[in-house]
Amino acid sequence: MNVLLDKKILDSQLTDWYFTNRDQLMAASNSVFNSFRPEAMECFRKMGIPDKSNENYKYTDVREVFLTPFNRYIEPRKILFSVEDLFRCDIPELDTELVLLVNGWFYENRPRLEVLPNGIIIGSMAEAARQYPHILEAHYSRYADFRKDALVALNTGFAQDGTFIYIPKGVGQDRTIQVVNILLSPEDLFVQHRNLVVIEDNAMARVVVCDHSLSAHHFLTNSVTEIFVGQNARLDYTKLQNEHNSSNQLSSSFVHQEKDSHAIFNTITLHGGMIRNNVYTRLNGPGAENHTLGLFLADRNQHVDSYTYVDHAAPGCTSRQNFKGILDEKATGAFTGRILVRPDAQKTLAYQANNNILLTSEARMNTKPQLEIYADDVKCSHGATVGQLDENAMFYLQTRGIAKREARLLLMGAFGHEILKQVPVEPLRDRLNDLVDKRLKGELSRCNSCPLQCQETC
Amino acid sequence: MSAKSSIPQPMLEIRNLKASIDGKEILKGINLTVNAGEVHAIMGPNGSGKSTLAAVLAGREVFEVTGGEVTYCGQDLLSMAPEIRAREGIFLGFQYPVEIPGVSMVNFMRTAVNEKRKYLGQPEMGAADFLKLMRDRKALVDLDTSLANRSVNEGFSGGEKKRNEIFQMAMLEPKLAILDETDSGLDIDALKTVANGVNRLKNKENAVIVITHYQRLLDYIVPDFVHVLFDGRIVRSGDKRLAFELEEKGYDWIREAN
Amino acid sequence: MVPFIIAESHEIMNADQDQIISQVTQTEYKYGFVTDVESDALPKGLNEDIVRQISEIKGEPDWMLEFRLKAYRYWTTMKLPEWAHLKLPVIDYQDIIYYSAPRSRQPLGSLDEVDPELIETFNKLGIPLDEQKQLAGVAVDAVMDSISVKTTFRDALAGQGIIFCSFSEAVREHPDLVKKYMGSVVPYRDNFFASLNSAVFSDGSFVFIPKGVRCPMELSTYFRINAANTGQFERTLIIAEEGAYVSYLEGCTAPKRDKNQLHAAIVEIIAHTDAEVKYSTVQNWYPGDREGKGGIYNFVTKRGICMGDRSKISWTQVETGSAITWKYPSCILRGDHSVGEFYSVAVTNNHQQADTGTKMIHLGKNTRSIIVSKGISAGLSNNSYRGLVRVSKNADHARNFSQCDSLLLGDRCGAHTFPYIEVDNQSAVVEHEATTSKIGEDQIFYCNQRGIDTETAVGLIVNGYAREVLNKLPMEFAVEAQKLLQITLEGSVG
Repeated sequence: MNVLLDKKILDSQLTDWYFTNRDQLMAASNSVFNSFRPEAMECFRKMGIPDKSNENYKYTDVREVFLTPFNRYIEPRKILFSVEDLFRCDIPELDTELVLLVNGWFYENRPRLEVLPNGIIIGSMAEAARQYPHILEAHYSRYADFRKDALVALNTGFAQDGTFIYIPKGVGQDRTIQVVNILLSPEDLFVQHRNLVVIEDNAMARVVVCDHSLSAHHFLTNSVTEIFVGQNARLDYTKLQNEHNSSNQLSSSFVHQEKDSHAIFNTITLHGGMIRNNVYTRLNGPGAENHTLGLFLADRNQHVDSYTYVDHAAPGCTSRQNFKGILDEKATGAFTGRILVRPDAQKTLAYQANNNILLTSEARMNTKPQLEIYADDVKCSHGATVGQLDENAMFYLQTRGIAKREARLLLMGAFGHEILKQVPVEPLRDRLNDLVDKRLKGELSRCNSCPLQCQETC
Repeated sequence: MSAKSSIPQPMLEIRNLKASIDGKEILKGINLTVNAGEVHAIMGPNGSGKSTLAAVLAGREVFEVTGGEVTYCGQDLLSMAPEIRAREGIFLGFQYPVEIPGVSMVNFMRTAVNEKRKYLGQPEMGAADFLKLMRDRKALVDLDTSLANRSVNEGFSGGEKKRNEIFQMAMLEPKLAILDETDSGLDIDALKTVANGVNRLKNKENAVIVITHYQRLLDYIVPDFVHVLFDGRIVRSGDKRLAFELEEKGYDWIREAN
Repeated sequence: MVPFIIAESHEIMNADQDQIISQVTQTEYKYGFVTDVESDALPKGLNEDIVRQISEIKGEPDWMLEFRLKAYRYWTTMKLPEWAHLKLPVIDYQDIIYYSAPRSRQPLGSLDEVDPELIETFNKLGIPLDEQKQLAGVAVDAVMDSISVKTTFRDALAGQGIIFCSFSEAVREHPDLVKKYMGSVVPYRDNFFASLNSAVFSDGSFVFIPKGVRCPMELSTYFRINAANTGQFERTLIIAEEGAYVSYLEGCTAPKRDKNQLHAAIVEIIAHTDAEVKYSTVQNWYPGDREGKGGIYNFVTKRGICMGDRSKISWTQVETGSAITWKYPSCILRGDHSVGEFYSVAVTNNHQQADTGTKMIHLGKNTRSIIVSKGISAGLSNNSYRGLVRVSKNADHARNFSQCDSLLLGDRCGAHTFPYIEVDNQSAVVEHEATTSKIGEDQIFYCNQRGIDTETAVGLIVNGYAREVLNKLPMEFAVEAQKLLQITLEGSVG
């Protein structure tokens, strides 16, 4: 079998599928979605699914994960399940506004679109497009540029539903908004949800996103999330990826920040198959500050590739990126972090760090921190390391009577803690610390919160 | 350039000098006259404008001069570029000497000395003479030979940096030395060394302005005049007894009186 | 006035240095003269016939022609790589003269027989071709356009079994060595420009240091492009046998011409067990004028292999010239305990573009590499560091440290850093650090306050910033490099 040929066929299959279902797609969706579809699919046709010849995907051949013959739906299939039975959130103290997406479609455990007393709107993206087209028109597809990335183009071509969060001007939201993405299907499935978070000027939002797979099938998610952070607005965003090893995830997030805004975007990857996380940040107004963080723990044949792009488009902004990886067994990892400082973005402060630990001789890590700078009055730096746990520290702990295995865990925990300590919600932070500890001890060998207890699926 | 003039003129005359940074006025009308052969001490609490005065005299551009005038040896000081002021004999001993990685002290000083000589129409100094001069002057401030071969201030301790400032002063033989908190962060031995260096360089032809927060340095460098700077103005002037009075009564005394 | 740097550790300054200062007052590219010598050239354009003619003119054996033809045929299937952070112009490869040689009727025996114009050229360049300067102890191979003009000092070297000659001569006199090593580090299929070079290279230098010999002097090649519309495609091959040592210097200049000229060279280094090769370059090809017109396109493939255990290859480069630089001197660390080093200063001003760096490929156990890169951008230029550190599966306990700093002078230029780190071995430790900054205003004021004007202060600070790399150059080269840094940046500040 000629795999290469198959991959080429793949591009045209996806394009064909679009044309076959175009009328149905258009009929089911609002014009905001529809207006971008033709151009997005044209861009996709030209670019094709990225392989390693694409400099931005140098260490991940995305085509591989498309080779499974997935089912793809134009409308949601009825998946009946009881939220309480199937999904338990293990953070008891965490009082959240819960939104469920099942296979990328809004799950009606709550009204399709709800306006909370303080004016916050939460619910389905498809519904929001119907009820609040002006909000979508102002933001949808404004930050996620489908001309530059085929995966974004593909998502834009097929986008129908996802999570919608709107925080009006000046509103500080008390409860954390928790979005749970559940994959549950009687067959292998390809899912593409599209999400939008709009935080108007002087408003605040705290969002936690948890990704889980609940049935032992192959899944592929290609999601796009656009986040607008208005002037002097605040965002705390934590994404917890905890899917089984047959769940492959391509996730692209776009954070657009206006003047004096502040955003924390933190991705914790505990489990999954092949994972590619793209986080694009644009600092569009002076004085904005961004912290993009990530921690991944990978073992078996997992592959985790983090890509970040911070665009300093205005003067006087600060960005900090800190990504860490622990790779065990045959896991492979990649990190690409690019900082762009545009001309006249003076007084920029940009820092980036990527540190990785390889635990076995078969694990592998590639890292590519990059600076692209066109302004002179800036302070930018990046650092990257790949290494092992500090032998001296290990020995020191052992001389204090701590067993080697425990010492290893302690040091790995400390290594990851630097990222976790920046999670702003305390119960969540505690829970994440706990999960990471368990994961490091090997107690979390299947995805968490999964009553199916499905064993080895890879 | 006229150190010898038939009519004696002050070396430095500051009249109603006002300066601000980022729109905030720091110096609010300074008047001060310094003659050759004199040592002036300027004291004052933190934030009174002492370091600003030093920086403005040396030509630091971040401070905007908003009023007044400064005459130095009969010339308009404020119209001169910082390097011209330096070549005309004004030396600023920095409170926080700047590190310049990779540039050796030898190279730095040789450039500075020869730039000045060129400006004054003197031939550049040959290598042998220059090295001899360096050796002599290093001895003056007890500066380690190895320090002079290291990069400018890089990896120097606080005391070494200050001694290095006085060493540079010795090399450049200024007419007017302004020493900005040269005593801060020095232990007693280093303080003595620095003060000895200054005293040995002192003569009838030159003048020194010592800026300090504490009276302690003035035990070693004895001033002819002491001025108290408060809120951008000189509010008291006197002889060295004023320094003792200040030490005894503290700056609150000044604060209350103003 | 222009600053100068003197030897740090000993307080030695001699009269020479005073002279240097007075020499360095020129702001324009000072090597931009054209030498009026007759030259033999093939017609413009590239095809199999041209390749055959080059080989024929040089009287090459069949195996060499075969190599060229294979390379040429492969090249025709290749495309220009696009990954570099460069705005690459379209180059018409049929508009280039691939062979141009200063005319000479017979092989040169002594210096007297060299065209006086040529000697004058190399004198202007400050290359010690004449007997007197040979005493200075640097053996020189001078390559003008495509042809090696004269190799000095060879008899003295031959006494120790050292071969230092033109590449053409090596093909004739030492075919076994050339056959064995040519293309072994940079294969003819390696990349677009390496293939092109392999097809049309005209000359270059050849160095062979036999087992256990420490080459007693610096070996040096000066490259000069003289004829118009000519590409220069030289090839250098350096072989250090077991326990041998050599330090090799390369310098280059070209006349000012409005049209761009192509330079696509190959350097291959082989270091056997316990051998050490130091390769230093001061690259000062014509960078084009202030408006970005003209200048050399410098597309060079330089690579060394540490074949044997404990061998060491060290690259030091000071890049101030060329309109476009595309160059990644690399080390393949095959032997256990072998060491690769890369020290680089790259300066770009006006419209210059540079995409330069290194590759350190760790194959052997306990291999070590260090990368120190100092980029300086001014004017409207773009300066990129691009480097790969790869630790392969069996390279246990490999170590790398990379430090890549960028200095920006002015707000219309760009400074970029693109490291690639690929680690496939758990016991490796790879560290990369990079910073980008501008010269501190407080540093300039400090110099001003000591009577040093701003332009001189910038020169001092830049030289200080590059010190770590300049210190790795042999003394004569270091002085020249400092002058070049200064000249390149003049007028870029304040």
